[in-house]
Amino acid sequence: MVNESAQIATEPALRAENLNVYYGSTLAVREVNLKIPKNKVVAFIGPSGCGKSTVLRCFNRMNDLIPTARVTGTISFQGTNLYAPSVDPVELRRRIGMVFQKPNPFPKSIYNNIAFGARINGYKGDMDELVEMSLRRAAIWDEVKDKLQESGLALSGGQQQRLCIARAIAIAPEIILMDEPCSALDPISTLKVEELIHELKQQYTIVIVTHNMQQASRVSDLTAFYNAEALEGGSKVGYLVEYDRTTSIFHNPAEKATQDYVSGRFG
Amino acid sequence: MNSEPTRNDSLWQPDRQASRTSEAIVRTIFGAFALVSVLTTIGIVGTLIFEMFEFFQEVPFWNFLTDDQWTPLFPTAEFGIFVLISATARTSTIAVAIALPLGLFAAIFLSEYAGPKTRQIVKPLLEVLAGIPSVVFGYFALLFVTPLLQSFIPILQGFNALSAGLVLGISITPLVASLSEDAIFAVPRSLRDGAYALGATKREAIVSVVLPAALSGIVSSIILAVSRAIGETMIVTLAAGQNPSLGLNPFVPIMTMTAFIVQVSLGDTPAGSLAYKTIFAVGMTLFLLTLVLNIFSFWFVRRFREKYD
Ligand SMILES: Nc1ncnc2c1ncn2[C@@H]1O[C@H](COP(=O)(O)OP(=O)(O)OP(=O)(O)O)[C@@H](O)[C@H]1O
Ligand SMILES: [Mg+2]
Repeated sequence: MVNESAQIATEPALRAENLNVYYGSTLAVREVNLKIPKNKVVAFIGPSGCGKSTVLRCFNRMNDLIPTARVTGTISFQGTNLYAPSVDPVELRRRIGMVFQKPNPFPKSIYNNIAFGARINGYKGDMDELVEMSLRRAAIWDEVKDKLQESGLALSGGQQQRLCIARAIAIAPEIILMDEPCSALDPISTLKVEELIHELKQQYTIVIVTHNMQQASRVSDLTAFYNAEALEGGSKVGYLVEYDRTTSIFHNPAEKATQDYVSGRFG
Repeated sequence: MNSEPTRNDSLWQPDRQASRTSEAIVRTIFGAFALVSVLTTIGIVGTLIFEMFEFFQEVPFWNFLTDDQWTPLFPTAEFGIFVLISATARTSTIAVAIALPLGLFAAIFLSEYAGPKTRQIVKPLLEVLAGIPSVVFGYFALLFVTPLLQSFIPILQGFNALSAGLVLGISITPLVASLSEDAIFAVPRSLRDGAYALGATKREAIVSVVLPAALSGIVSSIILAVSRAIGETMIVTLAAGQNPSLGLNPFVPIMTMTAFIVQVSLGDTPAGSLAYKTIFAVGMTLFLLTLVLNIFSFWFVRRFREKYD
């Protein structure tokens, strides 16, 4: 059941309608319908393999890079369907950025990790300024300002992840997708990233996948709970169980499955 | 029924002594085999060094470096090694100038652009190319490539560095291609995804992220190809000639270091004669050149390899 009242009345940043994703001939996620409101943080939670990453990758068409993946249904972004033939996924990905589960800085200097995205997108402004501003926003400037020419790989995991966030915001996206951005980080780095998400919310719309219930309740305004059900023949298909304000999902969910999952009584 | 299994120590009697003995035997056997390869290397290098010293008893080191003729079998013998080095440099440079772009583009095409079907056809073709005996390449250069080139370049002589170098380049292309492809393939998917997620096109992702990440592997594949080109014997002996000539002209017959060693080894040179010692001096020069390249490659890979976990 999807609670419509939660899906705030303003024009949503993203809106998925009847989204189905297949890998080859296997249906991985079925009939997802949800709206992601502007300047909110939406958390995706649910057991492993229920399709959270799969749905997330639809939002910036990263699934296009998986040869077997196929998407049906629509995702509207500013009134156009992302999957319309006229949409160029390369252009789209500049406007909908992504941070991955494992920090993946490029084997380049810290400076060029940030500058790369700006250069390929034809940024004409002052590059030094952009690099500094992005690193500041990602709360990592003080740690790296004296070693901008050193390799991004020489940073700790937590710093690498904030560098990747800086890299994502450097190209001024409208939406940032984060797939378990803290799963490889220690509690302190996690806290820093969470504070960062709070900051970023002022300007960006954020969708975050997480396995950490406290994290979901700390950072998100809305939470979508996904689950998977077994089909005949042993395969599993993921679906959206419930989507509502985070407080409702955690304290007063409509579905028993949600209640069981968020309270740790699952499976 | 008693659910608690009773512990019976008398059932557990490993023969510790027997396993210790067999461990020792196995260790000795493996050690002996390892020793054989070490001893072989020491023997070869030792012989090279010993005969080279003998050579420099008779020929001053300075002459070896500065003579502009290479005529060790003439009554007025001269030993300017740079005559041979300039020949090897000509064939190897041409070869690398061919193999580097061909191999690298093939590697990029195979790993990034080719679909599975194309790969299935092109990969085995490259392996076939790598498996062609170099004597066949040599004859191909001499009897096909040279006459073909002569129709464009009339001054090209029957034996020359150009066609030997070109064919040598073709023969080492599969090496560059397959090692570079391994290096490109080893670049983690997450890096490409990172580039695409920033709005990179395929070309931008390859040029700015994938190739720099694979750089150390690509460079070491090229250096390996250079050592292969320097040490290659059959193609250059057959197609480039037996005619020592100093300089950079690729159109004339030349004699590479390896071709000289072949020439003297095939003639009946008495052991201990000066000509005999000469091949060790040349062999040592070859060995040192490739050693320096390998050390450089080793250093480069250590210095520039990126560790991803
Ligand atoms: N590249 C792929 N090719 C084929 N099947 C895939 C691929 N990626 C995911 N799947 C399948 O799609 C389903 C959903 O996977 P997905 O990665 O979206 O789950 P998830 O909810 O993100 O799980 P986790 O919490 O473990 O990250 C799974 O059954 C998975 O096996
Ligand atoms: Mg996932």
